[in-house]
Amino acid sequence: MKHLDVSAIKDGSVIDHIESKSTLKVADILNIQNEEQVVLVGMNLTSKFLGKKGIIKIGGKIIDQKEVNKIALIAPNASVNIIKDYEVIKKFKVAVPDIIEGIVKCFNPNCISNYYNTQSKLHVVNKNPIKLQCHYCERIMNAKDLVI
Amino acid sequence: MVSFKQRDIISIRHFNKEELLYILDLAKKMEQLDNTDMLKGMVLGSLFFEPSTRTRLSFESAMKRLGGMVIGFAEPGVTSTAKGESLSDSVRIIEGYCDIIILRHYLEGSAQLAADVVNIPVINAGDGANQHPTQTFLDLYTIQKTKGTLEGLTIGFLGDLKYGRTVHSLAYALAYFGAEMHFVSPNSLRMPEDCIDELKDRKVKCHENESLAGISKKLDVLYCTRIQKERFADPVEFEKVRGTYRLSKSVLEEIGIKNDLKILHPLPRVDEMDESLDTTDFAVYFNQARNGVPVRKAILASVLGKE
Repeated sequence: MKHLDVSAIKDGSVIDHIESKSTLKVADILNIQNEEQVVLVGMNLTSKFLGKKGIIKIGGKIIDQKEVNKIALIAPNASVNIIKDYEVIKKFKVAVPDIIEGIVKCFNPNCISNYYNTQSKLHVVNKNPIKLQCHYCERIMNAKDLVI
Repeated sequence: MVSFKQRDIISIRHFNKEELLYILDLAKKMEQLDNTDMLKGMVLGSLFFEPSTRTRLSFESAMKRLGGMVIGFAEPGVTSTAKGESLSDSVRIIEGYCDIIILRHYLEGSAQLAADVVNIPVINAGDGANQHPTQTFLDLYTIQKTKGTLEGLTIGFLGDLKYGRTVHSLAYALAYFGAEMHFVSPNSLRMPEDCIDELKDRKVKCHENESLAGISKKLDVLYCTRIQKERFADPVEFEKVRGTYRLSKSVLEEIGIKNDLKILHPLPRVDEMDESLDTTDFAVYFNQARNGVPVRKAILASVLGKE
């Protein structure tokens, strides 16, 4: 019988193949503390692909595209499984979109996007490692500058 | 084919070499063309949320010399901004009163935001420390006019390179022309790392230094900038760097320069350039300011589709 380090969930979403050190960051952007059903977080699990990986299982929740885009910025190698009755009904890899709107704040305090309730808009100039350029002030942001 | 018709002029990054040269060629023709009715019946909305002398007045002069009219304000205290109106709302309203907007604003990205919400062309006349593309066009025009070419020059940038938006735009544009660049500034006012990275990606030879000594003899052009007090949140930090560089005739003699060096400055100056330089052949900054009119005439005419 296959042994699972992190128990299966009946219905919900599984975010797998997270770089282990980014697991808690992904958990944070998914706002898991507000979930009411089972949430399982595993770190430093063995992975053929990553060496060590993280995994997050959220019961009763189907994650949406906006959340997938956010995950892609933090964990570009992650994959998402949608679970129903313990079966995987949909599986896909996260992908960084070409334009990211309303997710990442521009790190420049003098940028207009931080005023007047303006929605942030960033162009992805490099996907891995992530490099974003603000549509408004043109400043370039790297992974270390991201405020999600 | 190059066309500027109804285009926004937001960032020098949006233009290729051919387009830059197109405006410079048109500016040359505009020097000979005055008091026409080319833009008769057209209205320029001149919106200045930050102080300006040269940019505002040269734009207004350019519009009037082409037969157009100007409305606008030179400080936001007299507008609904003082009542808390957002920039988006302000430009949406003003869009109904004019054919083109020129905008200066203290927040970076403001011109792009304005361009995104209105259906008439927007020209960025300076957005915080970010871009000032029409200044770059006139800087290029001045260099081309005084040096005879833009190709393969060695350029020194001196002063506040961190907040100096004219430096960022000009360095980006000169990268098209194979320039070698020396950035001379106090350590706290160095060129932003992302600007340097971008230039290096474009194969520009970049050098950083805290002093002109040792490099001054290599320079074809020296682009000086003022250390901008208004960009410092902390006045103590400003005091640490004010007066770092004071160029004068005797300083140039001491450090040694090429005989045909040209010194540009977007002005205003404070104490970084002594008046003793004004009467030398090196100084081209007053002509540079004057070049604002033909260059802005070229931009207005081409954007409004009348060139």
